[in-house]
Parts: sequence; C-alpha cells; structure tokens
Amino acid sequence: MSRRKAYGVIIRGLMYLAAGLTTALVLFMVGYVLINGIPHITWELLSTKPSYLNDTIGILPDILNTVYIVIATLFIVLPIGVGAAIYLTEYAQNKKLVGIIEYAAETLSGIPSIIYGLVGMLFFLKFLGLKTSLIAGAMTLVIMNLPTIMRTTQESLKAVPQSYREGAFGLGAGKWRVIRTVVLPGSVDGIVTGCILAVGRILGESAALLFTAGFAHALNGFFEGLTSSGATLTVALYFYAKEQGEFGVAFAIAAILMLLTLIINLAASLVSRCFMRRNKK
Amino acid sequence: MQKKLDRKRLAEKIVHGIFLILGLVTVGCVLLITVYLVVSGIPAISKIGIFDFLFGTTWDSTAAEPSFGILPFILTSIYGTAGAILIGVPIGFLTAVYLAKVAPTKIKSLVGGAVSLLAGIPSVVYGLVGMLVLVPTIRSIFNVPDGASLLAAIAVLAVMILPSIIKVSMTALEAVPKEYEDASLALGATQTETYFRVSVPAAKSGIAASVVLGVGRAIGEAMAVMMVSGNVANMPSLFRSVRFLTTAVASEMSYSAGLQRQALFSIALVLFLFIMLINAALSFFLKRGDGHE
Repeated sequence: MSRRKAYGVIIRGLMYLAAGLTTALVLFMVGYVLINGIPHITWELLSTKPSYLNDTIGILPDILNTVYIVIATLFIVLPIGVGAAIYLTEYAQNKKLVGIIEYAAETLSGIPSIIYGLVGMLFFLKFLGLKTSLIAGAMTLVIMNLPTIMRTTQESLKAVPQSYREGAFGLGAGKWRVIRTVVLPGSVDGIVTGCILAVGRILGESAALLFTAGFAHALNGFFEGLTSSGATLTVALYFYAKEQGEFGVAFAIAAILMLLTLIINLAASLVSRCFMRRNKK
Repeated sequence: MQKKLDRKRLAEKIVHGIFLILGLVTVGCVLLITVYLVVSGIPAISKIGIFDFLFGTTWDSTAAEPSFGILPFILTSIYGTAGAILIGVPIGFLTAVYLAKVAPTKIKSLVGGAVSLLAGIPSVVYGLVGMLVLVPTIRSIFNVPDGASLLAAIAVLAVMILPSIIKVSMTALEAVPKEYEDASLALGATQTETYFRVSVPAAKSGIAASVVLGVGRAIGEAMAVMMVSGNVANMPSLFRSVRFLTTAVASEMSYSAGLQRQALFSIALVLFLFIMLINAALSFFLKRGDGHE
C-alpha cells in the first residue's frame, strides 16, 4: 500500500515539476526578450533606414519588407489553399485522389524550411530566372503555407451542415452558386484562422528567405519592394546578431517579434472563441 | 432554354476543372521539391562516390584538395535530435498528462496558451537567447573555451520541440473515452495510476506521433541551431563546436560554387530522405491512432 502511495506522490510531483518548468521557460523567454529589447526600441530605430554615413541602424525597411511579404504571400496562397480545400470537400469523388492530395499536404507541412529555401532558390531564381527578391521569397512561403490554409479551410467547410447545401440545391442553385453563396460564407472562420496562422509563420520564417529574398535594407514602395532584394525582420535579426554583433538592435527586433507573436496568439484564440459562440447559436 | 442549360452546365464544368487544378497544386509542389532535390543532389554524390560522401569523416570544401565527407553532419543531426528528444519528451509528456487530466480549467487554458506562444516564437529569437544566455552559461559551468556547442544546440532544440509534443499528446489523451478511466477508478485504482496505466496506454499512438513530430522539428531546424552550435565541421561531441545537416546547407550556400555547391544540394537530399522517413513513421502512428479509437 505504501509503495502505491509513494508511486502516486512521485509521479504527481514529477508532473507538477514538468508543467512548472514549461511555464517557467515561457515566462523566461518572454520576459528576457522584452526586458532586453524594449529599451532599445526607439522612434529613430523604427523610422529610419541604416546609414553608413551617420553609423546608425534603422529597421524601417525590414518592417516594410515584412509587411510586403505577408501581403504578397497571402494574396497568392489564399485562392490556391481555399480552392484546394473546396475541391477536396465539395467536388472530389475519387477517394484515391483525395488521399493523394491530403498526403501531399501532410508531406509539405513536414518539410523543413531550409529545404524550401533551397528549392525556392533553384526553381524561382535559377529556373524561372527571377532575381533575389521579395516576390521569390513570397512564392516560396506560398508553398510552405499552403497546407495550413488548406487544413483550416477544410475543417470549417466540413462543419457547414449538409442540410444547407441540400436546401440550396433544392431551390435550383448550381453547385458553384451553392459554394459561393452558402458554403463559403459559412466557413469564414476557418479561412480567417488559417490566415492568422500563416501570418505567424511568415513573420517567424527566416531559413527559407535567406537565399530567396536576400538581405538588403533599402527603403522601397510596395511594387518596387517586391521585385528587389530585402530582409524581413527575422532575417535582419539574424544578421545583426550573428554577423554584426549588434545585440541591441537584435533584441529590439526580437521584442517586436515577441509582441507580434503575442498579438497573433491572442487574435487566433479570440477568433476561434468568437466563432464557436456564433456556431452555438 | 436548352442552350442556356448547356451553357450553365459548361460553366459548372469549367469551375470544377479550376478547383481540380487548385487541388493538384499541392501534389505538384511535392513533386517539384522531390524532383529538384534528386536531380540536383545526385551529380555530386556520383562524383564524390556515395560511400566517401556518406561515410567520409572530413568536410573541407574550400581546401586545395577538397574533401566532402558528411558523416560529421549526419551524426551531429542524429545526436542533436536524440539529445533533444531525451530531454524534451519526458518534460513535454508529463506536462501534457498534467494539462489534459489533472489541471483545473483555468490553469489548463493559461498554460495551454503559454505553450502555444512557445510554438509561435520565431526560431531566430530562440537562437538569440541561446547565444546570449545558454552559450556563456555552458562556457562558465563546464569551463570550456567556447560554449557554442552540441550541448547548447540540444538544449535549444529541446525547448523548441516542447510545444509539438505537448499539443499532440494532449489531443490524444483528451480523446481517451471517459468510460475507460471511470472503470479503472471504480476498480480501486488511484487517479495517477489511472492516468498512467489506462489513459496513457490508450493514447500511445498519439503520443508516439508527437515524439515523431518532435524528431522532425528537431532535425529540420536550421537558424536557431546555427546561432548556438558554433558551426565547425567537427565530429560530434557534447562540448565541441558542431555543424548539422541543415546548417551545413545554410552556412556555405551564399559563397559556394561548382562541386562544393552541388555537394550542398546532396546534403539537402540526405536531409530530405530523413524527413520522408519521419513523415512515413508519423502517418503510420496517426493512422493506427485513428483505427484504435
């Protein structure tokens, strides 16, 4: 009996220890980065580009590049991902084909980003002849984020009740019309969740962008920026920390990324809670 | 009337075709990646010789007489991943059991949120913290000349795989039917005994899947590892500066040319084969989990 008791106490203690350790790790990461980073975030850093003449560093170009690449990636990946999800849930009859597509999506989500970077370089730069540019980076990220958008959209498409579709068919609507007016509006939550997850992944990505998007810090407009080389925040962080030893700037960028990660996580859970409530009604 | 119907039918067919093409994009991408890696990875392997390439112990790509042996990278990747799993899995597994079974709702949602946050932190941020906290700590505790080592990489990877392990294990544990646990409790088992001898065995496929997922994450991570592992092509040893398969590709890509560059593609191909093996294992465990429930 006492051995059973001891077993219970030890296991329970280990569980608390592990959970406490995990929580402490999260708190340490967030705290350490914010405490070391926030003092370095100045208006000058946020609003200028790096200048060799004045020997100052500004991250405005990196911020803009990040925004551009997020917009460009979502713009391309959304139609493809949502379309693929629609095909799988609404059109596909052939079980084998569905299996193949889903297996392909699973495979894509397991491939490490450095391989995406390499293939992106080989295909978009060497084969298609694009130069190192944000658009080449964005297209690489499209392939990476395709499975995410597909999966979340598919899940919410499946949650749209079959009776809605039947009702619309019964009123004489064609398949495309049913999808456009009944099914898609009912699955906005999945698409929005997918977008938020994709934005998070794009913000955090660096290995796939090193060889495709490059690491210039020039200040550009949207279309000009897309066709020229540029570092996103994560790539800039890597270079300032590893190549230049500018840890102040690196921490400032890390703190910004950490805040963005916090916001994205909150947004994702808000969206899912909000839609869950709506679905219950 | 008939004409209008025909047109409508044609339009539907076109829309169907468009969606089919969008669905096939994913398959196309996988094929593209596979074909590109194989086609560009084979030449260097055949030039160097598969045995010399895979089992050569020295990598000196810029020497006058370069040698391209990637055994150090392969072993480093395997040791690094094994180390991260050894540390990360027990912590992640116990945390998952706690969160799925023991924790009160409020703590569960708080800690669960914290774990999601851990998953969302960019790998370069892990690298930065590792570089400035872990590396100096290792240097002073173990009294080694440089803390940038395999050990530092293992520690960073262990933290980075925690979220995958916790999340996937939790999902599996939560899916265990309540009746199993009730029956065990009714037979006089304590709560902890029930969780670890009934719930965990019932969820073992999902937990195995979480470990495999962690292996995939660890072996594929590049940037964080690059920042803390010192990046010298040594044979792996805990306190030595080492280079992984991923970082071997990343670190020389920008200035490589000729055979050296082709060899980098071959390294990527080897990494890709590892990942495909892991993917196959993952889908095996996930399918078995589905069949079980």
